Amino acid sequence: MKIIVPVKRVIDYNVKPRVKSDGTGVDLANVKMSMNPFDEIAVEEAIRLKEAGKAEEIVAVSVGPAKAQETLRTALAMGADRAILVETDAEVEPLAVAKILKAIVAEENPGLVILGKQAIDDDSNQTGQMLAALLGRPQGTFASKVEIDGDSVAVTREVDGGLETVRLALPAIVTTDLRLNEPRYASLPNIMKAKKKPLDSKSPADYGVEIAPRLKTLKVSEPPVRQAGIKVPDVDALVAKLKEMGVA
Amino acid sequence: MKTLVWVEHDNASLKDATLATVTAAAKLGEVHLLVAGSGCRAVAEAAAQIAGVGKVHLADNAAYEHGLAENVAPLIADLMADHDAFLAPATTTGKNVAPRVAALLDVMQVSDILSVEGEKTFTRPIYAGNAIATVESTDAKLVITVRGTAFGKAAATGGSAAIEDVAGPGDAGLSSFVGAELAKSERPELTSAKIIVSGGRALKDAATFEEYIMPLADKLGAGVGASRAAVDAGYVPNDYQVGQTGKIVAPEVYIAVGISGAIQHLAGMKDSKTIIAINKDEDAPIFQVADIGLVADLFKAVPELTEKL
Repeated sequence: MKIIVPVKRVIDYNVKPRVKSDGTGVDLANVKMSMNPFDEIAVEEAIRLKEAGKAEEIVAVSVGPAKAQETLRTALAMGADRAILVETDAEVEPLAVAKILKAIVAEENPGLVILGKQAIDDDSNQTGQMLAALLGRPQGTFASKVEIDGDSVAVTREVDGGLETVRLALPAIVTTDLRLNEPRYASLPNIMKAKKKPLDSKSPADYGVEIAPRLKTLKVSEPPVRQAGIKVPDVDALVAKLKEMGVA
Repeated sequence: MKTLVWVEHDNASLKDATLATVTAAAKLGEVHLLVAGSGCRAVAEAAAQIAGVGKVHLADNAAYEHGLAENVAPLIADLMADHDAFLAPATTTGKNVAPRVAALLDVMQVSDILSVEGEKTFTRPIYAGNAIATVESTDAKLVITVRGTAFGKAAATGGSAAIEDVAGPGDAGLSSFVGAELAKSERPELTSAKIIVSGGRALKDAATFEEYIMPLADKLGAGVGASRAAVDAGYVPNDYQVGQTGKIVAPEVYIAVGISGAIQHLAGMKDSKTIIAINKDEDAPIFQVADIGLVADLFKAVPELTEKL
């Protein structure tokens, strides 16, 4: 079975994003960028399935600027076999990404597509579900465990009240939650080897996908700032405050 | 505008998240509800009582019992022929189903809205809540998920909507429900708790988390939360996690104990009305958002606090 893993280049999760003063967006110039954390988990899961003999080939895919190549090289260094970059400088919404991925799935015929549950920049949490809908395939979202068994896959999902397990007919779409695994670091020799692995460059037009945004961003602003608080000297003062608030 | 709201339920009773979604939907126009499930007429009857609801669609079919997205999304897509907007709470259920509906309708979903600014204009948090985007949809139909803590709850009684049975396409034959392991808790549910006591890595281990956090929470009748560090370290199960990748909460009072206040965690709780921090590191970032801070060793301060309340 082949596995496709879409990965996104995003602002590093440790960086505090700054809103541009003209309100057009978040300032990404000279900011550290990395692979979206949930996508690292997706790559790791694909590699583990390959190591367990459940998959033969892992194809990493990214839709984004030329620099998204670095993100794909990271996936290759972790253990993906080859990569496809769908290059565009435009911001591509989840619906358009899902349509591009649908076209790639039609060419590659994977048994599984494993995505992160959400990207930490737009926080949409949509692409995997949309891809599953467009393909008419089942979805296992927010996965904390994935077990392939013949022509189906059991996915344990993190839901609000606890865990839920569903069985999906293959081919299927899975999105990863934090607890699925702990992603490995790429070793230096593997980073060197990854430079020789194949990376195809494509454009959205190659797949006949219109990427014009459906949502217009009118403004991006800072969230409301909280009022500076006070410090209390001891527990008694804290208890008094809580009583004042009617909490205790 | 005619809206269709996804009613979240467990086939017996309606979940609170639905009520905030009704409030958001009412800002757009006429509110219709969809109760999809199995043996769930009681839920539809409760839904019909919600103030401001025009009609309740009831789809009662074994295929809808567990809300599998593969089965319910086509049902919703069919109903959208007569509606202009579909709204679901931004819970794990809503997040699972709504994007599938959006793609079937070929529209972009607006995720996790904080406010309704106009008929097609909404605000939503991006970058873990470090920026707020105002977006306008250019699609013919809207698919929206609603952040529950950003909208007041519609009154659960006072309405008298008609219940209309609808048949959907039923089982898509792609997926099946195997089982669920729900965390048992007598304490208030995190997302609807008025007070939350949350513990971080400083709690050291599962036993001390239990020993120090739980009695304080019980004294206050509070829900119990945790930071990602505490969950990753195995102190508590992951459904306790508050943050960008866990639950988003906005209680009246949030008490952060031994939590440094990483961006990731703040994203989940910084809309709480009052934030109280107990931490021995006076430079911890949590104190920058805390209304009331106590610089103290939690192993001394928490038991003292529990005793004096």
